[in-house]
Amino acid sequence: MQTAVLDGGLVDPARDAAFAFRAALDALSRPGTIRQIDGAEAPAPCSPAAATMIVTLCDPTTPLYVAPSHDNEALREWITFQTGAPFAAAIDAVFAIGTWDALAPLGAYAGGTPAYPDRSATLIVEVPVLEAKGAVLAGPGIETKAQLNLPEVDAFQANRAQFPLGLDFFFTYGNRVAGLPRSTRVTEG
Amino acid sequence: MTDQAYNFAYLDEQTKRMIRRAILKGVAVPGYQVPFASREMPMPYGWGTGGVQVSAACLTPDDTLKVIDQGADDTTNAVSIRKFFEKTAEVAVTEKTSEASVIQTRHRIPEEPLTEDQILVYQVPIPEPLRFLEPSEVETRKMHSLEEYGLMYVKLYEDISRHGEIATAYAYPVKVEDRYVMDPSPIPKFDNPKMESAALQLFGAGREQRIYAVPPYTKVVSLDFEDHPFDPSKAPHPCALCGAEDSYLDEVITDDRGGRMFVCSDTDFCAGRRAAGFTGEMTNTRPAPVDTEAMA
Repeated sequence: MQTAVLDGGLVDPARDAAFAFRAALDALSRPGTIRQIDGAEAPAPCSPAAATMIVTLCDPTTPLYVAPSHDNEALREWITFQTGAPFAAAIDAVFAIGTWDALAPLGAYAGGTPAYPDRSATLIVEVPVLEAKGAVLAGPGIETKAQLNLPEVDAFQANRAQFPLGLDFFFTYGNRVAGLPRSTRVTEG
Repeated sequence: MTDQAYNFAYLDEQTKRMIRRAILKGVAVPGYQVPFASREMPMPYGWGTGGVQVSAACLTPDDTLKVIDQGADDTTNAVSIRKFFEKTAEVAVTEKTSEASVIQTRHRIPEEPLTEDQILVYQVPIPEPLRFLEPSEVETRKMHSLEEYGLMYVKLYEDISRHGEIATAYAYPVKVEDRYVMDPSPIPKFDNPKMESAALQLFGAGREQRIYAVPPYTKVVSLDFEDHPFDPSKAPHPCALCGAEDSYLDEVITDDRGGRMFVCSDTDFCAGRRAAGFTGEMTNTRPAPVDTEAMA
């Protein structure tokens, strides 16, 4: 085991996780807004934002799917040491981490059941750039409209069509995060 | 100063992660009640254990917390919850609505419009709006999944046929984002229109183990009929202390001879108006002296 797995966790876990959660909550409840989130450093290619999301939300009760883009020994060991989250196939995962292409197809993830729509996966999508332009967003959390550079539009429209079932997304880049819940209506920008 | 005998914000990290995940799913599916593993808190059920757990999962040391109980900052429940988080979560506390970043509430929404930088946390006794119509959780869950809310409309209709109007005055059911019928907790129906807000609204039911949410600017419609539209009524009086005509009023019995006064239920709103010079008909008055002869 390399010492790298021991490093990079939250310095002050309770307070750092509280700040990180508020950033994530703010991002998800106001789709299109971009928030700063950091505190954890994981082995490459995981961004600080994605690493912080993982240590803030994952634990031994949340199976995690690591997509091929992020599937390496160092990152798996780091996640195991820092969170204890078990690794799982996409269909069994509560959280998933990877690039958009590596996470596809979305049909591979649990979208909840009519009785329990909360039993669905949350995808942490690492993106090459995160900015408030591109696809137009509307729905809960948005006063008139918002914009976010989503990797595509069709997949999110199909996801919205399943509401109240569906997947929820966080987009991470560097130390920034944006959220896209299943309730958001997405159109081409 | 935090009492170091406790973790930050009292709950352990594993519990907070569980609550945080439930809150995020609640935000993603507005109005849907997310089950969560509610913990025992150092207060009895019915005193806001759900709201306290949601607040504990949300608070950061940078927050300023306000706690109200039926609109008042100075009741036992509000004071003790405020002290609890002052001690365990290092937060600043305030009684001013505009200065708070997190507001925990029992049964009211502040009169002052909330902003995008605020979170309103409700204490919820019975989260299931259909519970008094259908006691089985299996059945109500099925009704929510099928969007089968006919029973609720029958209840409102029976109100009209019996009383001539919809007699539900608090915990008035709403439909969120055209999908889930939700119990807004026992706020007066006067407050229902305020639920379409710039602030994030989170609901915690400790005994019933449910968390749900209404994100900012979410569509919230109070159920009604075309010929009996929703009426957010209040007592037809101005506040006796500040003269406000547009605030929700508490009726206060002042003696045993029928004396009464109506005052703002939102104590911060009323105090702010009085500080700004507004007066009501009983401002600067004292209670009438007790007639000891009549009592004898």
